Amino acid sequence: MVGAGLAGLRGAEALRASGYRGQLTLVGDEPHRPYDRPPLSKHVLLGHLPADASRLPSDLTDDVTWRLGVGARALDREARIVHLTDGDSLPYDRLLIATGTRARPWVHEDEAKLANVFTIRTRDDSAALREVLAARPKRVVVIGAGFIGCEVAAVCRELDLKVSLIDPAATTLSRVLGTTVGGMIGEVHRKAGVEMRFGSEVEHLEHKNGRVTGVRLADGKHLKADVVVVALGAVRNIEWLDGSGLSADPGGLDCDEHGFVLDDQSRPDHAITAAGDVARFPHPLYGGRRVALEHWGHAVAQAEYAGRLLAGLEPAAPYAAVPNFWSTQGTMVVKSAGLTDGADAVAIVQGDPAERRFVAVYGRAGRCVAAVAVDSARWLPIYAEKVATAAPFPPTETATDRPLRDLEIQDPGFA
Amino acid sequence: MADATLLNQVKDFANRADPYPIYAKLRQNPVSHQDDGSPEGTWVASTHGAIASLLGDPRVSSETLPPADRPKTGNPVKDFLIKPIKDRITNQHRPFIFRDPPDHDSLRAAVMHQFTRERVQGMRARSDRLVEELLDAKRDAHRFDAVDDLAYPLPVTVICELFGVPREDEAQFHSWATQLATALEPDSLADDENRAENSRTFDAIADYMSGLIKDKRRHPKDDMLSGLANEATPEGVKMGDYDLIATSVLMLVAGHETTVNLITNGLLTLLRHPDEFEKLKADPSRAPRVIEELLRYEPPVQFRTRTTLSPIDIAGVTIPKGADLVLLLAAGNRDASVFPDPDTFNPDRVGSRHLGFGGSLHYCVGAPLARFEAESALTALTRRLKNPRLVEDPPPYRSGAALRGPQHLPVAIDGMV
Amino acid sequence: MPSDMTRDAAPLRVSVDLNLCQAYAQCCYAAPRHFRIDGREALFYDPAPSAADRVDIERARLACPVQAIRVEDSQA
Repeated sequence: MVGAGLAGLRGAEALRASGYRGQLTLVGDEPHRPYDRPPLSKHVLLGHLPADASRLPSDLTDDVTWRLGVGARALDREARIVHLTDGDSLPYDRLLIATGTRARPWVHEDEAKLANVFTIRTRDDSAALREVLAARPKRVVVIGAGFIGCEVAAVCRELDLKVSLIDPAATTLSRVLGTTVGGMIGEVHRKAGVEMRFGSEVEHLEHKNGRVTGVRLADGKHLKADVVVVALGAVRNIEWLDGSGLSADPGGLDCDEHGFVLDDQSRPDHAITAAGDVARFPHPLYGGRRVALEHWGHAVAQAEYAGRLLAGLEPAAPYAAVPNFWSTQGTMVVKSAGLTDGADAVAIVQGDPAERRFVAVYGRAGRCVAAVAVDSARWLPIYAEKVATAAPFPPTETATDRPLRDLEIQDPGFA
Repeated sequence: MADATLLNQVKDFANRADPYPIYAKLRQNPVSHQDDGSPEGTWVASTHGAIASLLGDPRVSSETLPPADRPKTGNPVKDFLIKPIKDRITNQHRPFIFRDPPDHDSLRAAVMHQFTRERVQGMRARSDRLVEELLDAKRDAHRFDAVDDLAYPLPVTVICELFGVPREDEAQFHSWATQLATALEPDSLADDENRAENSRTFDAIADYMSGLIKDKRRHPKDDMLSGLANEATPEGVKMGDYDLIATSVLMLVAGHETTVNLITNGLLTLLRHPDEFEKLKADPSRAPRVIEELLRYEPPVQFRTRTTLSPIDIAGVTIPKGADLVLLLAAGNRDASVFPDPDTFNPDRVGSRHLGFGGSLHYCVGAPLARFEAESALTALTRRLKNPRLVEDPPPYRSGAALRGPQHLPVAIDGMV
Repeated sequence: MPSDMTRDAAPLRVSVDLNLCQAYAQCCYAAPRHFRIDGREALFYDPAPSAADRVDIERARLACPVQAIRVEDSQA
C-alpha cells in the first residue's frame, strides 16, 4: 500500500478481510499511523482536541509492516518494485496506490515560507496553526472560500477572532455549489462576522522580519494580517509515477471502471489499483465521465473495493458509489450527494435558506444530479436516491413543509 | 372478505402473541393495499427498504389525526363559546408526533433543548436505584409479575420525575395514559365510544397539565416542565400553553405506554432463550447488545401511521394522494435482506439498523430513556431472579396491536438475590 | 476533555462516518463525556476517549441508528 492515509488503511483492511494472508506493507510519508483529517480544520483549531488525537481505528493486526516517514520515489512496473525516498526498494505482487493529495501551496514560494503563513492538510499543520490562533492574533486572512477556507473562517469567529475571507469568485463555495447556493451559505458566514472580500485576488503577502504582516490585493489595496491561511485546494501526489508508464497528470491517476490503473496506452495493469483522492475513474452515474473525488466517504468505499480486487475477488459491478461529502462550518452542517458539475438548474425543495436549514437539488438536462442539505441531514437520503437513479428534475412538487408550492427553478450560478 | 386481509389479521387480537408469520406474508409485497373496512383501505409498507424510504419521504405526512368532531350540545352559546382544550389542541396544537415541519421541528427542538445529556444521565442513575427498590419489595416472593411489579412502575416514575409530575398524581396518570394510548390504534378512530372517552380523558389530563404548568411558572423547579414553561430555545422558541400541554401529555403518555413493553418483551424473550439469559447474567456489559436486538426482534411499537400528500411510486406500486399508510416497523425488522436469519434472537448481530424507534424526523425522542430503563431492569432481573420460570407462555397480551406487549408476565421464582 | 497530553497511543479509538451521521444524538446520551451536538447537527466526538469509559463508548456505538460509529479497542 503506497499511502498510509484513510484510503491506504481501509484498502489494507479490505485486503485482509478478503482472505489475503501474505506480506503486507504500508508506506506513508508522514511519520504517523493513519489518522482522520476532518477534525484538523475544526475541533483541533478550536482547541477542543489535540492534533494527535485522531489516529484512525483499525482492525489490522501485527502482521503488517509499517514504513512511515518515508515516501515513494518511483515505480518500476516491469520489475514490480517501488523505490522509496530513503533509497530502499520494495518488491510487490500487488500494489494499491493511495498517495492522495497535499495542500496547494501559496503561489510565491518565498512568501509561502514566511512565519504565520499556513496551509492545512496534515496534523502538524493543524497543530501549528492552533498554537498561533490560541495566542489571539489581531486579524486572520483566509485565502480561498472553498470548504476548508469556510471552515477555518468559521472557527476564527467561534474563537472571536477577526477574519477576512478572500476569493476571486462572487461567493463562497462557488466552484462546487455555484453562486446561488454558495451565496446562501456565505450569508451565514457574513452574519457570523466574517469579513467577505469577493472578486478579490491576493497578489502578494507582505512581510517584515520574515513574518507575514498583511496581503496586497490585485486592485492595489492592502489588508493587515498577522496570520494568513492559504486554502486553495489540493495537489495530487502523482509526481513519483513519472516514468512508470502509467497515465497520470495533475487531474489524477487514470483507472478503469474497477480501479485498475491504466497505462499511457489505456491498458489496465491488473497488479495495481488506485483509490481515494489520487484516483481518476469513469463514474457510471455521470455517463462514464472520468472524475477524481477528494471525499472522505469515497476514500473508504473505493479503497474497500480496491482491496477486494487486489485479493483476487471478482468485481461484482464497476465501482459506482454516489459521491458524498460533508463540511462542518461553525455549527452549520453542509452535506451533499452527487456532483454538481454541469448543473443547469437548482431548486430549494425543502426548508428555507433564511432559517439556515434547507435542501437544494441540482438538475442537469432535466435529471437530478446532486443534492445539498444544510442542517437537514435526515432529508438527504431520499434525494441521494433520486441522484443515484437520475430521477427527473425538479424532483417533487410537494413536501410536508411546502405543500403544493411551485418550486422556483434558479440558475445555479456556475461560471 | 375484508376479515381475511393480512392487515386485519395483524389487528386481530387472536394473533397478538405472534404476529410475525403475518408480517412475513405481508413482506412478499414491500407495499400493499389492504382492505381493512375503511372507505379507501390502507396501504401497508412491510420491508425495511420501503419503510425506511417512506419514513424519510417529504411527501409523507404525520398529520393523521382527524379534526375534532365533538357532538353539538344543541345550546348555541355553549357550542360557540366553550371550546374545550381538547378540540383546540386537536385542530391547531397537536403534539409534534402528529405534526410536520416546520412546526414539528421547532416544537421538537424545544423539547430536545430541555432533554439534556445531564438530565438523562441523572435519570440513568435514578433508574438503577428504582429497579433495586422495586425488586427489594418482592424479595421474598415466589411469584413475580414483570409488568405490575417492575416494567410499568419504572418508566412511569422516571417520566414523571423528569417532567416534575408530583408522585401522588402518578396513579391518576396511569388510567389517563392507558386510555389515551388507544389513540395510536387505527381501529380506535372508528370506535365512537372510545373516541368520546378519549375526548373526556384528554380534557381531564389537559386541565390537570394546565394547572401544573401554572404552578411551574410560579414555582420553577429543576425539571423539564419547568424548563419548557419558562425558558426559550437558543433560536427563541418558547411554547405557548396549548403546545406545551399537547407536548407534555404526549411525552407522559409515551413514557407510560412504550418502555413497559420493551422491558416485558425483554424478560419474556430472555426466558424463552435461557442461554441468552445466562450470558447476560454472566456479563451485564452485554445489555446494550441485548436491548438493540430486542428493539429489532420484539419492538414495543410495532407500527406507525402516516398519510400521503401526493402520489408516491414505490416498489412497483403507486400509493395515491391522501392514502392512509401503515409503516410496519416490526415487519421491516424481520426483513431477511437486511437481517440474516431474521427470526433468530441474536444479540451478537453487527451493524443492525433496526426500526425499533422509527426513523428520520420522528425518531423516538424517549429512546435514551427506554435504553437505560431496559438496561437497569434486565441486568437486575437476570442478576436477582432465582430460577425464574414462565408461568404462562404465551402470556396474556394487552389489546393494542401497535403498542404491543403482555398485559401481565407472571414468573415463578425461588426468591431473589 | 484533556488536551495537554499526547493521545496518539490511547488504546481506544473512535471515528464517526459523518456522511452517515444524521444527528440522532443517541451517542451523546450514551456517552455524554465524549459526544455532543453543536447547533442542530454538528457532531463533536472525542476520537481518543479515556479507556475507563469503554462501556459508554460501546453503548454509543450500538445505539447509533445509522451505525456510523467505529471503535477500536486494542486492550479489549
